[in-house]
Amino acid sequence: MLKYFLRRFGQMLIVMLVVSILVFFLTSFLGDPVLMLVREDASEAEIQAARERLGLDRPIYVQYGIFLQDLLQGNFGVSYTYGKPAMSLILERFPATIEVVIVASLLIIFIAIPLGVYAGAFPNRRSSKLIMGGSILGISLPNFWIGMMLIYIFAVELHVMPASGRGQVGTFLGISSSLFTKDGWKHLILPSVTLAISNIASTLRLTRSGIIETMREDFVKFLRAKGAGNRRIMFGHALKNALIPVVTVLGLNIGGLIAFTTVTETIYAWPGMGKLLIDSIGKADRPIIVAYLMVTAGMFVVINFIVDILYSLIDPRISLA
Amino acid sequence: MAVSNTHSDGVMLDVRNLCMYFHTFDGVIKAVDDISFSLKEKEILGIVGESGSGKSAASYSILKLLAGNGKIESGQIIFEGQDLVSASEKTMRQVRGDKISMVFQDSLTSLDPLKTIEQQISEMFILHRPEMTKAERREKCLELLRAVGIPKPEERLKSYPFQLSGGMRQRVVIAIALSIEPKLLIADEPTTALDVTIQAQILRLMTRLVRDQGTSLILITHDLAVVSENADRIAVMYCGKLVEHASRDELIHHACHPYTVGLLKCIPRLRSSRPRLPYIPGMVPAMLHLPQGCYFADRCPRAQDRCRQEQPQLIEHTPGHFMACHFPLQAGEDVF
Amino acid sequence: MQDKKKSFWQSEFFYKYRHSAGAIIGSLLLLAAILIATIGPYLAPQNPYDLTQISLADAYLPPAWAEGGQAQFPLGTDNQGRCLMSAIIYGSRSSIFIGLMGMLGSCILGTALGLIAGYFGGRTESFIMRIADVQLSFPSMLLALAIMAVFGRGIGKLLIALVAVGWVTYARTVRGETLKVKSLDYIQAARTLGLPKRQILLRHVLPNVSNSIVVLATMQVGSFILTEATLSFLGVGVPITKPSLGLLVKSGFDVLFSGLWWVSVFPGFYIMLIVFGINLLGDFLRDELNPKLQGV
Repeated sequence: MLKYFLRRFGQMLIVMLVVSILVFFLTSFLGDPVLMLVREDASEAEIQAARERLGLDRPIYVQYGIFLQDLLQGNFGVSYTYGKPAMSLILERFPATIEVVIVASLLIIFIAIPLGVYAGAFPNRRSSKLIMGGSILGISLPNFWIGMMLIYIFAVELHVMPASGRGQVGTFLGISSSLFTKDGWKHLILPSVTLAISNIASTLRLTRSGIIETMREDFVKFLRAKGAGNRRIMFGHALKNALIPVVTVLGLNIGGLIAFTTVTETIYAWPGMGKLLIDSIGKADRPIIVAYLMVTAGMFVVINFIVDILYSLIDPRISLA
Repeated sequence: MAVSNTHSDGVMLDVRNLCMYFHTFDGVIKAVDDISFSLKEKEILGIVGESGSGKSAASYSILKLLAGNGKIESGQIIFEGQDLVSASEKTMRQVRGDKISMVFQDSLTSLDPLKTIEQQISEMFILHRPEMTKAERREKCLELLRAVGIPKPEERLKSYPFQLSGGMRQRVVIAIALSIEPKLLIADEPTTALDVTIQAQILRLMTRLVRDQGTSLILITHDLAVVSENADRIAVMYCGKLVEHASRDELIHHACHPYTVGLLKCIPRLRSSRPRLPYIPGMVPAMLHLPQGCYFADRCPRAQDRCRQEQPQLIEHTPGHFMACHFPLQAGEDVF
Repeated sequence: MQDKKKSFWQSEFFYKYRHSAGAIIGSLLLLAAILIATIGPYLAPQNPYDLTQISLADAYLPPAWAEGGQAQFPLGTDNQGRCLMSAIIYGSRSSIFIGLMGMLGSCILGTALGLIAGYFGGRTESFIMRIADVQLSFPSMLLALAIMAVFGRGIGKLLIALVAVGWVTYARTVRGETLKVKSLDYIQAARTLGLPKRQILLRHVLPNVSNSIVVLATMQVGSFILTEATLSFLGVGVPITKPSLGLLVKSGFDVLFSGLWWVSVFPGFYIMLIVFGINLLGDFLRDELNPKLQGV
């Protein structure tokens, strides 16, 4: 077990290192940030001064060396545009992003899995066919568009939901989050639903096909020969077997949610790290892009780790060794 | 279900004119075509045939475990005085496992990979003996594992199927199938997936347990050698039809259908003077395009015009010996 | 005895197709979308990207049937006074072009790498499949976003990003099949007879995976169209000067709160229709050709 943790931790460090190298070198193609920072009528000398101040006059591998040195001291560089440490800018916005991701994940788990099991258990019912048709529509929806439509319907026309922004933030056990206030929840609902909607569709489709496939297995035939009824076969045996692929994809999908927060945060003017990333790409703010990708890469390693643990809990054939 | 006593002659299963067809896009496959046979208590019946001959389909029909496109078209399956063909799914659930059990070919895929051996055996008692306590169930599980010859049963209870060898798993499957002491056990190629050395062990174990419990057994196999050792009676199937059916000794020594004779000749013998193993020439006809007359006619050296036009019916050739052939072999005659 | 070769029109596949509402609706939607995209320039009331044809005075006109709408702009106009219907038609051309090209590129690269991995084995194989594994553990949207963030917007760069995220599924499918074929008895026999390995593999692998590839490719066009629209909406996809449905929706986003709903509703709805059509068809194909194939 300890060995497993150490190996996972080592992997995380390697992933982060590779991400940092890739991103650092590739972002140097992004355009010259100096030109965006100085006044439009700045003289050549002023530009040069700014460049030296930011350390951009030195060769790129030297820049990376300095970056890595700073990294080891927990310093991810200073944002060109905000003039503050990039990592703290990202971490400031981290809770806002993660709370939407958590609510969306819960929506996915508690809506998609039951619907998928139902549609898989009774594939010939009219309601199952309706669910499946709806799920095809769900995976065809442009995420950003459905978000805007929800705003238009519920905020602009019906006035029942706030159109944008993060609501009141409450503090509980030292954690401040909009999950702890009513106003916060009101602001959370539309972004979370927007984020979840296509994932609900794809997860329920996967759950259904997992169930249907499991029901074709030989051991189900043997269970029938044992005299077990449908309900027992479904919930006592098939569900657990069908969950194995679902857990893998769920882990990947929840990771995908993090990427899609860039969209929902842009639409709902949500002060999270996704919106910060999109703003920073426009401004070629390299330290923030690097810090964002490092944080998301780290989250990925954590999610994969959780998936591994869930795996070993479901499937006795897999052990964390 | 109504508990009715068996016939006076001890017949517990009577299959009459059973037809089971698969409906596919390309046409109807008559997997089981007008088959009749009966089984006495404590009797072992071997059903032999090549793959696709309908032997498995016939056994699944008895428990009505059919895939979506398979349907019993006509006939009766009288089990302990009750017709299973017309029985409800609820009745069938009570019959399955409790009165009639089944063992499948592949033991790895027969068991739920995510449940322990104990959970899978106990499930039988939960389903059919709900009055038993947990401790009683565990005791019974241990007893069964011992009976099927599994060493260290206490440890094995906590094992998962993937932790056991193929032979061990098939022993567990047999333990499950016999746990409620059913009236009838159907074993569909129970040893085909196993190593040759283990096949004989498992067969011996199964027949011994069946005889001890007084359970009847239908043993389905493609290997005539397997049933020629263990069965009381043997039925031979070809393309969904029963072609010959007799007691073991009668069938082995006085087979009169050319197909059966061909199968018998294919059994390898030690110290045989034959230079090479004989085989039946030709191929099994496609089930969707069966010929008009006898299905075996194309491969049969004795076939005449009549065989290609008129399908032979199953008739009682000599008392207790049924066969379907226009030109049955007489004693001392030889084919191939 | 072999069944006589039936024609396609009598096949089970075509029978099921005729009786599947989803497949028919999907095909019709897709056919209409392709038709509109190909003959679009002759169909559209104006060329919305020709500055001489548009006038700012026409900006934000509602659809023709609404109050204040004009018949010459059936679906209304956008912020620059462009005919929205024309802009949608032109935008769908880019969407479908990018979706198809991205799919073709991914399919060719992925199939080639899968064949190479399966054919050479050893270090080449583990190198290729290792990259595929790492990539699969990241969501494709994030990867595409990161690539676009680094390289900047542009249709060519977008295609590179799509191919970079899209090749993996093909490579895995093809390599899996190659390994399976390699181990078949008759292939081993053919090899001992001295038939060239390359020829054997190509002749046996590609026909076996073609079903899976058709399914994967169909679904991928839909998901690429969505990815393109999303990236363009975020401002990291197609450049502003080029037609794009995602950019149209974005321009409508700015005025949504003022009640000018049509600028964003119509283009987004059209994206959905196209992708819905593709997915309906893809769903049918998967059920019929390879039900085991996962993923959306």
